Amino acid sequence: MGGLSYPAQKKIVLAFFLFVPLALLGMFTYYPAARLVYLSFTDWDGLGSGMSFLGFGNYKEVFTNPDLFGVFLHQIPYAIGGILQNIVAILFAVVLNSTLRGRNAFRVLLFIPYIMNGVAVAFMFQYVFDTTGGSLNALLGAIGLGSLQQSWLGNAAIVNWALAGVSVWRYLGYTMIIYLGALQSLPSDMYEAARIDGANRFQSLWHLTLPSLSRIIQLNMFLTLSGALAVFDLPFVLTKGGPAGASETFLLKTTETAFQFNNYGLASAMSVVLLLLTVLILLAQNAALGRKGRD
Amino acid sequence: MTAVTSKKKDPIQAVKYLLLIAASLVVLFPPYVVVVNAFKRENENSSPFALPESFFNFDNFRIVYERADIGHAFLNTLIIVAASLLGNIVFGTMVSYALGRLDFKGKGIVLALFLFASIIPTITTQVVLFSMIQSLGLFNSLYAPIVLFVGADVLQIYIYLQFIRNIPYELDESAMIDGASLFRIYRSIVFPLLAPATVTLVILKTINIYNELYIPYLYMPKQKLVVVSTAIMRFAGNNQAQWGYICATILIIMIPTVVLYLFLQKYIFAGVTSGAVKG
Repeated sequence: MGGLSYPAQKKIVLAFFLFVPLALLGMFTYYPAARLVYLSFTDWDGLGSGMSFLGFGNYKEVFTNPDLFGVFLHQIPYAIGGILQNIVAILFAVVLNSTLRGRNAFRVLLFIPYIMNGVAVAFMFQYVFDTTGGSLNALLGAIGLGSLQQSWLGNAAIVNWALAGVSVWRYLGYTMIIYLGALQSLPSDMYEAARIDGANRFQSLWHLTLPSLSRIIQLNMFLTLSGALAVFDLPFVLTKGGPAGASETFLLKTTETAFQFNNYGLASAMSVVLLLLTVLILLAQNAALGRKGRD
Repeated sequence: MTAVTSKKKDPIQAVKYLLLIAASLVVLFPPYVVVVNAFKRENENSSPFALPESFFNFDNFRIVYERADIGHAFLNTLIIVAASLLGNIVFGTMVSYALGRLDFKGKGIVLALFLFASIIPTITTQVVLFSMIQSLGLFNSLYAPIVLFVGADVLQIYIYLQFIRNIPYELDESAMIDGASLFRIYRSIVFPLLAPATVTLVILKTINIYNELYIPYLYMPKQKLVVVSTAIMRFAGNNQAQWGYICATILIIMIPTVVLYLFLQKYIFAGVTSGAVKG
């Protein structure tokens, strides 16, 4: 190869270096995504070649059947939990960015939940939430709040909040580390100048820190909200959607529709709807931030 | 700046510690319960917070290791992680070299393809992939998760690209004057200099694959093909409320990544932050 001119080499290297990664991406991401769109207009049962076209029938079903689109209501606690998680994460990032003894130890500790195996975390919380032998009810009893004892995963009104709480427990440290990284890259002379101008701590937080974090806040909010749309692992492991479907999520329903009820056409339509909603959040955020930038 | 404003006995400083200690207790509460109960015998009917009679009672661990098939789980997980990482490193560095060092038409499109792929929820595409994996003959084999994990993803590409931009281009140029081929420049100059990024990615990817649940659950129902996530799921499903056993399983499965993290936190934090600051 060394004998070839560099422009010729470049062509060969590009073809050779990009072919396999792009082929994998096409085969296992874009082809399935395109096929999802195609299947979403059919009644494919996942088995043979027999399928007929339904037009927008599956989409109509997704939006009009409250058992399908309605389960997004179960995911509101995850979205609210996620927003609180971002606020608390910024707070802790600001705290850990200041001069403080033991701040590295706290940083390491608060990040630990993110590292833990997700299924192990789920079962850890099954023990926390267990009605009879669980540690949360035992703790409430021990500190005299026995009246608050609950069947945390068995009460339809509470189960999604309990699961959203687990999610906040698990991802708070991760979100915090991202904010902390962004804070550490801010120039310190900016604060020095603000201090000389007589700004107090809260004024610099509000007028300097938060605005300079806006891109990272946008990114984290996207991760939070798209994550809330695509909640899966926790209810899948802990409640299987129960009690009586109260903790079903849209993605859980999608996999059930495909793999239990063999209705791949409808499941594909649900997948496409989920993807479109994710894109919608991205576009809405970009539009909002774009407008702010022009002001 | 806080150092200047908080010379002595700053009340805000106390509030900060209070917040941090409260958060630490919330973080530590569930793992504490798991640790103490993993060492309790079945007949030790104490409260979930009480310490076990002995921290040298490894009965639960012994029993669980056999019954939950932990040996197979670790072995299978290790094979999947190793094979996937090999592909990740090779493909990730190749794509990043092409994007970071060579000018070509459609560069933006390639990057956009990887970026957009990252926002597609992976579980949704399984609806279609499931029949593909079956017709490729990969169902119930370790190849199924490997082909799905082996490709380069946008996080890797961004981290590698940041590193490549910091490698002076003069190195490439002087190698070219010596007549080195582009492939040789990639292999002997760029690839070795990307080692710190590779370490970061190896750790992050290992943790991600170790924690992955749905893909092994869906494609490898066979008992012999159990991985850590599915091992604990099956075992806990069959041993409802046997907390001593379940806690021992949780502990066995959690310890490897937590230990990895405590020793290599520098790389993990570097990866998490640089992955996020991409925008």
